[in-house]
Amino acid sequence: MTLVRHLAVAVVLGALLVIISITISPFRDYQMAEVACYVVAVAGLTTLVGLSGQISLGNGAFMAIGAYAAALLLLHLHWPLAVVLVASAAAAAAGGAVVGVAAARLRGPYLAGATLMLAVALPSLALRFGLLGGDQGLTVVITSPGFLGPTFPVTRWQAWLTCGCALIVLVLLANLTRSRVGRSWRAAGDDEVAAALAGLNVARLRVLAFVVSAACAGLAGALLAVTTSIISPEAFTLTLSIALLTGAVLGGLGTLPGAVWGSLVLVLVPTYVTDTASSHGLSSSAGSNIPVAAYGVVLIAVMLVFPDGIQGGLRRLGRLGQPLAARLPARGLPWRRAPGPQLHAPAGEHQEEGSI
Amino acid sequence: MEEFGQLTLGGISVGMIYAAIALSLVLIWRATRILNYAQGGMAMFTTYVALLVIKHTGSYWAGFAVALAAGLVLGAVIERLVIRPAENKPPLNAIIITIGLLVFLEGLAGIIYGGQFRSFPAAFSIDGLHIGSVALGISANDVFVALAVLAAALLLGAGFRYTSAGLQMRAAAFSPPVARLLGVRVGRMLTLGWALAGLIGALAGVLVSPSTFLYPNSMDSIFVLGFTAAVIGGLDSPVGAVAGGLILGVALSYVGGYLGSDLVNLFGLAALTLVLMVRPSGLFSPAATRQV
Repeated sequence: MTLVRHLAVAVVLGALLVIISITISPFRDYQMAEVACYVVAVAGLTTLVGLSGQISLGNGAFMAIGAYAAALLLLHLHWPLAVVLVASAAAAAAGGAVVGVAAARLRGPYLAGATLMLAVALPSLALRFGLLGGDQGLTVVITSPGFLGPTFPVTRWQAWLTCGCALIVLVLLANLTRSRVGRSWRAAGDDEVAAALAGLNVARLRVLAFVVSAACAGLAGALLAVTTSIISPEAFTLTLSIALLTGAVLGGLGTLPGAVWGSLVLVLVPTYVTDTASSHGLSSSAGSNIPVAAYGVVLIAVMLVFPDGIQGGLRRLGRLGQPLAARLPARGLPWRRAPGPQLHAPAGEHQEEGSI
Repeated sequence: MEEFGQLTLGGISVGMIYAAIALSLVLIWRATRILNYAQGGMAMFTTYVALLVIKHTGSYWAGFAVALAAGLVLGAVIERLVIRPAENKPPLNAIIITIGLLVFLEGLAGIIYGGQFRSFPAAFSIDGLHIGSVALGISANDVFVALAVLAAALLLGAGFRYTSAGLQMRAAAFSPPVARLLGVRVGRMLTLGWALAGLIGALAGVLVSPSTFLYPNSMDSIFVLGFTAAVIGGLDSPVGAVAGGLILGVALSYVGGYLGSDLVNLFGLAALTLVLMVRPSGLFSPAATRQV
């Protein structure tokens, strides 16, 4: 039933997005595609951080893997686009499995540090190997398919393609997080000891979460490659990884609608701020750095003041009309609790000394 | 053989920078069990302040002193403003907050100073030293870098060992409730820990910037290598931090010299992964147990 309901929502949303994409300008179509790319990546990250409780600062690196895989397959092997997208997601998933196996033994700060290192180190591979185009990067150009007619704008096709992929990913993730696997992730993220005692293979669950998150990031990278047409190392810096984390945290960790809100903010606010800054006579470097500083403020403020993010706020707004009993947070089994900060049990004895 | 010697000496000098970053991470980790991802960002910011002072006064040492003072203040302010309120929240929150601080500081530096690379003056001559006709591969400034970090580490060690504040800080890190019962102002000790870490980080920033240039992201790779050094040494061990920095500095110097400088970060990643896999508590920490 859940699957049917998610599919129905996705179909309605898809129809809406098609109508919107036809009415807006090519530049807005391009932004729509960009938002969809971010949605795919942020949804994968929010599942990893919010459910399984592992943090990754390296998802930008997984996006790079997906993007370069897509570019190489399109440029050298001329595979059909759909196959390329799946293959790039698979390539990033393979990378995620390697990192995940290493990460399954790491906790909190060590995991964040190791993935941070990944984000800093991996783009330098592109400079090392000539095949990857070095500083200049690679250029991929796609055209809209023939059946849409010769005058069909390519930006609209990109918007359709990316939004379609984003909806598919959201439906898949929505089902996954409500399945046995999702419940197990929540249990393991909440209290690892309890989950292990309940018979869950915590290490395997943690690796699986990394694989899923990396596959999403890889697909997002491939989609970004065909949207922006240029793939270069500086597109996949640490800032990208941190932007993804900002989107997930701002939207509300562990919630898929939150991934959409977060991605909208990530794409629309910087453009708006840069425009406003340049119209007020600020230099372009100041304009492009204001959103970066704002990411930082947002991360800190959300964590300190409203840890369940935009989606948590919306949910609370929605509950205002209901009787008081429904507004109180659900108690009892961990997976009944509202997502967000409660997902992570307060640090107990077993997590403190020498948590590794 | 001559090249090997040069690479070793150069590696020791760079390694001391990693050691300084590692030391500042260890200070905060021991006090608050938080890994401060903003350490590099803080160092970058205080180095910009130093550059400003040097431009205005024309004196390197004025900038040097102001940078250290700025690091001290910045560390204390950050602890009070954003770390303290997150004290009883899940560990993930503190991680995300320090990452937020990092991007905030980098963005702020970009807004105020722009993104262009700036050169930063060195304290002493950067011409290579010679013994007779043999080039050592390091300069007077490199020697100063290594000695400055060494002096800071020794002063810190002595402070922890022989002063009342040092004893109180160790007590507060060891067991906050017991320390509180014995009259230690634990909160104040945490602030002091962050302030000292800010100072050491600022020192690293001023020392490394002549060789890397200064820009908003200039400390990113220095920070991850400092983190790697801290993990190699064990996040709980100040001596390990210095040793980890030296090991990593020399190893990366060989990699850069013999294999190519673009492999340095990748090798750092490999070293970090290896240490985390084989001995996650670091080479210099007593083996720790974690239940389950």
